[in-house]
Amino acid sequence: MRPVYMVSGGITKFAKAHPEMTFQLMVKKAYDYALADIGLMHREAVDVIDGVVASYFSDHFTRQLMAGIMVQDYLGLVPKPGHRVEGGGATGGICFQEAYKSVASGVMDVCLAYGFETMSHVNTWKGNEFIALASDVNFDYPVGGFYTGYYAMMVVRHMKEFGTKVEQMALVSVKNHINAYHNPYAQKREQLTVEDVRKSPMVAWPLTRLDVCVMSDGAAVALLASEEGIRKLEKASGTKLRPVRVSGIGRGTDSMRMADRPHGKVILLPHESAGDYRNLDYPGIHSFRAGRMATKLAYEMAGIKNPLEDIDFVELHDAFTSSEIQTYEDMGLCKYGEGGKFVEAGNPFLPNIDYGVKLKKKGTIPVNPSGGLMACGHPVGATGLMQAVFAFWQIQRSIKKHFGNDLLQVRDARRGAIHSHAGTGTYVTVSILEKA
Amino acid sequence: MKKEKEAIAIPETEEGTVLFKVPFPKDLKQLKDMSPIVTLQHYGINYIHSYGQDSPFFAGLANGRLLGTRCASCGYIHVTPKLHCQQCGGECEWMELPKEGRIHTFTVCYFGSEEFLKETPFMLVLVEFAGAKTLMLSRLLGVAPSSASIDLIGKKVRPRFKRNSKFKPTDLYFVLAE
Repeated sequence: MRPVYMVSGGITKFAKAHPEMTFQLMVKKAYDYALADIGLMHREAVDVIDGVVASYFSDHFTRQLMAGIMVQDYLGLVPKPGHRVEGGGATGGICFQEAYKSVASGVMDVCLAYGFETMSHVNTWKGNEFIALASDVNFDYPVGGFYTGYYAMMVVRHMKEFGTKVEQMALVSVKNHINAYHNPYAQKREQLTVEDVRKSPMVAWPLTRLDVCVMSDGAAVALLASEEGIRKLEKASGTKLRPVRVSGIGRGTDSMRMADRPHGKVILLPHESAGDYRNLDYPGIHSFRAGRMATKLAYEMAGIKNPLEDIDFVELHDAFTSSEIQTYEDMGLCKYGEGGKFVEAGNPFLPNIDYGVKLKKKGTIPVNPSGGLMACGHPVGATGLMQAVFAFWQIQRSIKKHFGNDLLQVRDARRGAIHSHAGTGTYVTVSILEKA
Repeated sequence: MKKEKEAIAIPETEEGTVLFKVPFPKDLKQLKDMSPIVTLQHYGINYIHSYGQDSPFFAGLANGRLLGTRCASCGYIHVTPKLHCQQCGGECEWMELPKEGRIHTFTVCYFGSEEFLKETPFMLVLVEFAGAKTLMLSRLLGVAPSSASIDLIGKKVRPRFKRNSKFKPTDLYFVLAE
């Protein structure tokens, strides 16, 4: 495999609804932004881009099969190669990695990854039904299919197993919403307190409305290229690119039904030992084995031995505050069981932002400096690509240019991890981006 | 600091409006400033859905029996049935599960998917059985939603069955055993 770089990205602001645009135009706006950012005209882009990968999660939301090709023809990129990928909440992360493979394999020099979702086409509770159809429709969905309910059951077990507290979960919401306050791309920009989160209406005990991300319309694109691709793009645009290297990809899976998850041994990361987890049945339903597998593979490929030392920030799939805590553990930012204490101590907060909370170890490794899904929104097919764009801008140190302020710029960001997650932890991707 | 303003809003419904005519400008250049046209469109389907190799589970529920499967090769028990073993790939045999299990975890849903919204609040439970490492997702009845606490974990539960089966997993539910 040859080196792969991300060379540009764009996001169409995530919103409750974008009735003024069809999904084609939503992607087009993000695409236009990405082209403009590297000074590339449409005609030149059409000449240089070798193919595309399309990402959207739900045919139910779209009510249009083969929507991927409708975007591709709207962008003027037919008859070039293209295909759609689907893997629940991880669709965007999978799309990014498939574009990576297209370039790494030598099949393409320049590949466009684009994603979108149009969740406003049904009401919120019908939307929850569509999402719950991504659980076994023979055994799980008819029992009361509701993803917040599934995640609530997982965190209740996490609380039992490890003593995790609801106030620790609420801190994740406070952090991500306050980060998003400074991000013009975010759907929700609110200054919250732990009390606000706990007093918000209960959705599925113990998760309140502010422990759960919202539904969105939105789109995002990432442009990936080989070294040869970069030369072609620079020649076409007449500008010098500021590429970011994609140095690792990893993916993991687990059974669709949570009920089928076995109780075995922890998959260990390089900085852990079997002795850390002598009495832990793993993954049970408190942890995501797919997330751990994806992490292990991505870290191995990028040569990461200890994430706390080797990674500067993480953009991870915080569909629920509880799953952010679970994911700290899967990604080895702390040991299994320590996620609650990890956030309570302040480790995943940005060092320079005032959260109105006393934090002892503030800013060890900022997690979701953008505000994450919790506050930026979660138009499923776009989400994993949004993370890639934010991570790309962080490492480019261009947050100020794109956000209009540099409050969320992670100082000296050299290497970041992005994490995209489906179902109750069925498909998970982790990708590593770093300074070229 | 955040006010739940929605709580005092008048309920919104989706039915009622059909659009026949919209204003149209004389100058076509003004068309790009037009508001989007949003219409309500129905989409409904009846599926002919087979439970296939999992059918005996539902036949069991209709007869008041809770069935799982056990791998004939390695002995692994699938509390939620699978005809083929997820550990070794071997073919499984049907077996009756113990008459009593324990709460592995649970939740109370105060909201839900549209289909289940009218049933809220309801309790979901994952039940564990002695000797098995897999679980069963079901409803927990007879427990007050307000009594939700970690202390419910580990409590003994018993399966109960609907008298008139609907051939859905909700033909089964659990109640506290003590």
